[in-house]
Amino acid sequence: QEAAKYEKKVMVLDFVTPTPLGNSWGLGGTCVNVGCIPKKLMHQAALLGQALQDSRKFGWQFTEEVKHNWMTMTESVQNYIGSLNWGYRVALREKKVTYENAYGEFVGPHTIKATNKRGVEKLYTAERFLIATGERPRYLGIPGDKEYCISSDDLFSLPYCPGKTLVVGASYVALECAGFLAGLGLDVTVMVRSILLRGFDQDIANKIGEYMEEHGISFIREFVPIEVEQIEEGTPGRLKVIAKSTKGNQIIEGEYNTVLLAIGRDACTRKIGLDKVGVKINEKTGKIPVNDEEQTNVPYIYAVGDILQDKLELTPVAIQAGRLLVQRLYAGATSKCDYVNVPTTVFTPLEYGACGYSEEAAVEKFGEENIEVYHSHFWPLEWTVPSRDNNKCYAKIICHIQDRERVVGFHVLGPNAGEVTQGFAAAIKCGMTKEQLDSTIGIHPVCAEV
Amino acid sequence: GKSEYDLLVIGGGSGGLACAKEAAQFGRKVAILDYVEPSPQGTKWGLGGTCVNVGCIPKKLMHQAALLGSALKDAQHYGWNIAQPVHHTWPVMAQAVQNYVKSLNWGHRVQLQDKKVKYFNMKGSFSDPYTIRGLTKAGKETIVTAENIVIATGGRPKYPTHIAGALEYGITSDDLFWLKESPGKTPLVYYPFILHLYEIIVYISLTDASPDVSLECAGFLTGIGLDTTVMVRSIPLRGFDQQMASLVTEHMESYGTKFLKRCFPTKVEKLESNRLQVTWKNTDLGTEETDSFDTVMWAVGRAPDTETLNLEAAGVKTNSETGKIIVDASEATSVPHIYAVGDITEGRPELTPTAIAAGKLLAQRLFGQSSELMDYDNVPTTVFTPLEYGCVGLSEEAAVQCYGSDNIEVYHAYYKPLEFTVAKRDATQCYMKMVCLREREQRILGLHFIGPNAGEVIQGFALGIKCGATYPQLKKTIGIHPTCAEEITKLHITKRSGLDATVTGC
Repeated sequence: QEAAKYEKKVMVLDFVTPTPLGNSWGLGGTCVNVGCIPKKLMHQAALLGQALQDSRKFGWQFTEEVKHNWMTMTESVQNYIGSLNWGYRVALREKKVTYENAYGEFVGPHTIKATNKRGVEKLYTAERFLIATGERPRYLGIPGDKEYCISSDDLFSLPYCPGKTLVVGASYVALECAGFLAGLGLDVTVMVRSILLRGFDQDIANKIGEYMEEHGISFIREFVPIEVEQIEEGTPGRLKVIAKSTKGNQIIEGEYNTVLLAIGRDACTRKIGLDKVGVKINEKTGKIPVNDEEQTNVPYIYAVGDILQDKLELTPVAIQAGRLLVQRLYAGATSKCDYVNVPTTVFTPLEYGACGYSEEAAVEKFGEENIEVYHSHFWPLEWTVPSRDNNKCYAKIICHIQDRERVVGFHVLGPNAGEVTQGFAAAIKCGMTKEQLDSTIGIHPVCAEV
Repeated sequence: GKSEYDLLVIGGGSGGLACAKEAAQFGRKVAILDYVEPSPQGTKWGLGGTCVNVGCIPKKLMHQAALLGSALKDAQHYGWNIAQPVHHTWPVMAQAVQNYVKSLNWGHRVQLQDKKVKYFNMKGSFSDPYTIRGLTKAGKETIVTAENIVIATGGRPKYPTHIAGALEYGITSDDLFWLKESPGKTPLVYYPFILHLYEIIVYISLTDASPDVSLECAGFLTGIGLDTTVMVRSIPLRGFDQQMASLVTEHMESYGTKFLKRCFPTKVEKLESNRLQVTWKNTDLGTEETDSFDTVMWAVGRAPDTETLNLEAAGVKTNSETGKIIVDASEATSVPHIYAVGDITEGRPELTPTAIAAGKLLAQRLFGQSSELMDYDNVPTTVFTPLEYGCVGLSEEAAVQCYGSDNIEVYHAYYKPLEFTVAKRDATQCYMKMVCLREREQRILGLHFIGPNAGEVIQGFALGIKCGATYPQLKKTIGIHPTCAEEITKLHITKRSGLDATVTGC
């Protein structure tokens, strides 16, 4: 869309290869269809369930029994997504960007073959190319995984309530999904191979796990599934999961209605003909290394988003990188995407917002004696009346002592963590120090003032 | 002779308690006097001051109760099946809130004890510059002397005593949060519609000085199902950015609060039914109108609590117009060893966090070898109306006045919170704007945000502004997706351009 502003002739190819279970979706990519958007809406549905409980303590009265209807929620969510798909189609048309619902792959220098749903092929040439094909969920590679398990690609449009669910994985996707499914009243178990939220601050990751356990989610630690069998067909059916310990020979079995795999995502780079044009990819991960101007080793081919090596897999990063790239190419701008201090939020039942270094990373980078960690538990005012979870919310900042106690890491665990963290991320971008933080007056009474 | 105490604090509110506790940390002999004169209706409360007892805390909790009412409506769209009818019962909420407040009173007592601060539940007044006379409720007198004295007695709501019946029949925020029974008759809320039946409460605000309290209270009263009307003489939220103020009141109107604009009451009478009849003048139409209500609440400003302090005996000067105590940048009054912090001081924001910070810094300067003065610039604040409004820095008007409209750039956007989509909620007033200097660096002068969780959104940005944040720095900050706050980092449409400022999230 940015490129079209500069009156360049632009084409977008978008195609969704159906999931093993046959699921597909419209224009917009992962975020809109099977990522951030439906995730946050379902997380909101779960939060509203909690709000219902709280509201009784605040004087609201209604019948004791309150049930959640999966179909009502999913329909609303899908309708909204549909409106976004449509919105994109309209926007592209208005900006005169040619859109083809076809699978693109390189067949030679400057040339792409586009194959649509019906198998019709067309060839296109362009001066420059931008690869932004993103990723898809990984499967375990065990018997029964593709036949019987679902992934996040399927969850948000599942035409029936998933029922008793086993979530395999400890990524933020796994924990977020487990979190909202439990919040909607479902029986949820999470099977974790080793640690939670790899790459995130582990102190906080453990607090998140603890909170989820205290709120009814079971965790099976240090096990991996080795087989999934179908006991009974249905919507949902019944599945048997056999799992092996990572620390010995112990085998366990469990029965679930749904098994959701959330063990990672793989870049969609292996089948788009990159070898035909000489674009190097990391053979192991499939990701594309680029320079700080998002250029691949082939000068006229660029890449942005989840497929980039060593960059964050986040929507706003992809958007920013894409926009700035185009401004550099066609508007003479020089700004590069700033990948440092990118804030992020994990929308688990207890939300976690972070910007900058985790405590471990800070210790590694600066040395333990050179950092100071200030921390505090806090109790959101809104949780006092319903007597909820005293002393679970937590905030910490990590400061670099030598550099005027500059804040190099910000972490907050509590409600509306995303809203809280955003502004602090801006402040960190301005080089905020502990002193400046201390001298800023708090807004009272909010969580962020802690 | 030698004073009994190193520090005596008069007033156990946000500022006073913070100062006393901080001073005690330095091993000083500290005493604090706190006394609550009952309201004309007879309401009183414990240690902790306005914020804890009749301000921020109960206000936010009742605001939360109202928000939860909206959540109940939203939940239906998200798949939660809630059988009708749904209604709100005041006593359950009030009891819960009051119990929490009492636990805070207790907490403060314990803290003072732990920190070895002597607490007197007495009303203090000056006998001379170093001597305070404390009087208990029973009339028992105690004399206390101190080397340093801090006045932090705060303020109390004003009554429009020139209006007949105002004092006898009206209540204020001092009473509202402690009511045992609903200010309106039992409300009936038919889910998914809210029908305002029978329960009628009028809420009068002349909004001269204490702007947000009136709207915040009217907001949550409406939210829990009471038929609420706000009478405004001139403009609501005076002193705040006026564009934002009108969006806030617009939202309240669509939310169900009634407004009687440019009207002022002339008398309040009690009817046989025990309801109240209010007569007022409509300045637009030049007519006189009447109506009857269950409760009349005044929110016409707050007056500093200095009358009974006998400040003349100490020589402490006050502002003749406002009655507030005049202080310098180090919180000192006209008498060198007597200081003042909080709502009682002239020219300072009436906010808890500033009182606390000022109190702490004062103690650090007096006893801790610090020289750091309180910075009252760029203090962020939030109005907890049904659609919240958070801001920091200059309003657009103030910026124009200060720098000239040619030298400032205003970036703005109408946005829609993701959570409103499925809930089918109206986001017409969800709006944000950033006022920047136009010159090369483009420093941010003010940030304004209307939307859910406005306080949480603004806090971090206030920090950024304290660090001298510029528009380019903000643009370089990546957004967190999906949140409302991220829209701030994406602001790019200027008012000057005249373009449509509606943005879509994804």
